[in-house]
Amino acid sequence: MFFDSDLFLSALRALTPILLAALGGALCERAGVFNIGLEGMMLMGCFTAVATSWFTGSPWLGVLAAALAAAAYSLILAVGAVTLKGDAVVLGVAMNLLAVGLTSFLLRTVFGVQGTFDDPDLVGLPEIAGFSPLTWLSWAAVGVAAVLLSRHAWGLRLRGVGEAPDAAATLGVSPVKYKYGAVLASGVLCGLAGAQLALGNVTLFSENMTAGRGWIAVVAVMLGRALPLGVLLAALLFGLAEAAGFRLQGLGLPQQATDAAPYVVTLIALFLTTAKRRRKTGAVA
Amino acid sequence: MTPQPPDPATGDTAADGPATDDTAADGTPAEGTGTHDTTAHNPTAHDTPAVELLGITKEFPGTLANDRVDLTVRRGEIHALMGENGAGKSTLMSVLYGMLRPDAGTVRVEGREAGFASPGDAMAAGLGMVHQSFKLFDSLTVAENVVYRAEPRRFGFVDRAAARRRVAELAEAHGLHVDPDARVGDLPVGVRQRVEILKLLHRGARTLILDEPTAVLTPAEADALFAVLRSLTDEGRTVILVTHKLREVMEGSDNVTVLRDGRVVARLRTADTSPDEIAAAMTGRAVELDRIHPPGTPGDDVLTVDGLSTDGVHDAQLTVRAGEIVGIAGVAGNGQSELIEALAGLRPVTAGQVGLSGRDITHASAARRRLAGLAYVPEDRHAVGTAPAASVADNLAMGHHRTSLSRKGVLPPKAVREHARGLVERFGVKASSPQVAASALSGGNLQKLLIGRELAHDAPLLLVEQPTRGVDIGAVQNIHDQLIAYRDAGHAVLLVSAELSEIRGLADRVLVMYEGRIVASYPKDEADERTLGLAMAGAAPTHSVEGA
Repeated sequence: MFFDSDLFLSALRALTPILLAALGGALCERAGVFNIGLEGMMLMGCFTAVATSWFTGSPWLGVLAAALAAAAYSLILAVGAVTLKGDAVVLGVAMNLLAVGLTSFLLRTVFGVQGTFDDPDLVGLPEIAGFSPLTWLSWAAVGVAAVLLSRHAWGLRLRGVGEAPDAAATLGVSPVKYKYGAVLASGVLCGLAGAQLALGNVTLFSENMTAGRGWIAVVAVMLGRALPLGVLLAALLFGLAEAAGFRLQGLGLPQQATDAAPYVVTLIALFLTTAKRRRKTGAVA
Repeated sequence: MTPQPPDPATGDTAADGPATDDTAADGTPAEGTGTHDTTAHNPTAHDTPAVELLGITKEFPGTLANDRVDLTVRRGEIHALMGENGAGKSTLMSVLYGMLRPDAGTVRVEGREAGFASPGDAMAAGLGMVHQSFKLFDSLTVAENVVYRAEPRRFGFVDRAAARRRVAELAEAHGLHVDPDARVGDLPVGVRQRVEILKLLHRGARTLILDEPTAVLTPAEADALFAVLRSLTDEGRTVILVTHKLREVMEGSDNVTVLRDGRVVARLRTADTSPDEIAAAMTGRAVELDRIHPPGTPGDDVLTVDGLSTDGVHDAQLTVRAGEIVGIAGVAGNGQSELIEALAGLRPVTAGQVGLSGRDITHASAARRRLAGLAYVPEDRHAVGTAPAASVADNLAMGHHRTSLSRKGVLPPKAVREHARGLVERFGVKASSPQVAASALSGGNLQKLLIGRELAHDAPLLLVEQPTRGVDIGAVQNIHDQLIAYRDAGHAVLLVSAELSEIRGLADRVLVMYEGRIVASYPKDEADERTLGLAMAGAAPTHSVEGA
């Protein structure tokens, strides 16, 4: 059987970083900030998690530090796009490029290695009932985000800010505050995503180890229409594609072909959903 | 942001007032539902004006927007604030509403001195404003829009049942019929305006400021709005109406204050004044309102439309001759826009024939139609007529880029500038420079720009929709004169307008559209208001309508 429970379990592991980052992206999208800096924020999280866990011996401190570092890194987007009204796309791309360079540089200066830092003494995250604690957390986060967005006063205000900041401002809601909140929250979530990737999925840091997962999270935000449950479904799709890619590799397909699986799925999914939405509404959100 | 405990008085989770985020928990409670005892806030309110502005002065670089303006609005009245674009109405209202700080002067609301730092403060003091461009969230429901930032809450969660109930009660009490669960984006403009008013009532507004409320409404919707406003004043609320529409001021207001060039030039009791007096105060000169222009002398057929059908239009038959203005009257949404779009090449024709100066243009592209001799002033001057982010000069060049301005496909910047300068001067467009973005122009100036650009084509046929919607009285006359001059120069004009007085004043022949059909055709001297009104309501005498 190609589609068995093992495939599904490995899909669930593979999707956690994408899901966490995509949730952050969805919050930003709802607040009206187009965040394509998820990849860079996640990569900062990876490095910080590994470095902190290495020096303190505690993966938990690694997770905490990753969340804080990525949140601090997200301030580039918050200040640049919200306060200074710069172009969020340009800022996001710059953040992604900067993160690759910065983490590679730090890898060399802090650990004195190039390419990959990998040590048996580096402590990864333990598993709880078969999954990383961050995987459990990511599922809880989906539920919390869904309820907050749709039912809580904050969610209503956030959605309003994203849709019509002027209207929100006339009613005394500060669009700037809500946008900062969303961007910082996405920083925290991307930091957790990075920690999961570097201390959960594997236990190492290598240059540019996010390898496009942040970009796939951006696509998951679009596919899921920035709804937490939609984002979960989209991330699940990519997780399955990634797991299936590994499986295909085992069946003898060249790695270059199987590595492309998530991206092929991305293209197909984007094509199908936009085509369908066009037909339905004539416009895409 | 703190969870709001249920209000023991009402047993309901009370919506907090429009205080700032930090003070939300102890914010002013909204008035109780059901009872509308607005005097409770101020026992001596009967003598105290609802709003008093004293000596308000506000200067912007280069302009004195408000020059020692005094305005007194008594409680329970509908007070019209009138003036042309740029007279200082918006500045004055922004000062009152806490959006601008005056350089000098005093603001008093219900007798208390108030210098609001933000609209939130103004709302907390019982003011509320409906902006000209609505401030609504299209994807949210009516109830969500109404309670936004003043939600009935339970542990921080929006109590949606209470919100719906609150909206339904307010709607019922004030005759503002809306479905609390409808998505605002799906609602027509008239209903959106009700949502805006409900928003203010939910926040306990005792004085409502409405900025150009009828600019986007049909006459019937406007009448309904005034009925609502009157019922609001009957229960003790106050309405400030910012407008330049004379008719509704005469019909709907108690007092009028007129601003010109930042100063108060007249304070009038509506009952004792006349439209001519107000118009003269607004413009500083005698204005002839609703002038009926003498008919033109028609020549050959320019536009011939034979059995045209398109989505929303059935079997339209009409002819427009050179030296003639044909007006199309009708309640908005009866196919006028669709007909004009089909003629302009923006909507496919499903049946029939369209001829322009003897050429068949039924299926021609918009560009070919323009080459064949068509110019077009669309109804939506922001989205269709102009490119708001482009400069005045570039906007004026559009459409001329293929013809007079093009030098072998290149647009010499100097030619574009000269072209712009010429048109700006000829049509009196007020712009600080031709390089300024079109979005910086007022509605009236933008319309002058658009009409100037299209008239400059000297095309045999001009299609023009709502030429004076939202335009100053002074500018209206100017635009009407331009259209008459264009006709007298031997061009054909097809005019669509929601203003009957405009159609009657300009058109040599009036067609009436009802439910997608041209149901009546009258020569100028038979097109009186009553006849047209009946035909617009679908009660025209049934006779075959030929365009000749």
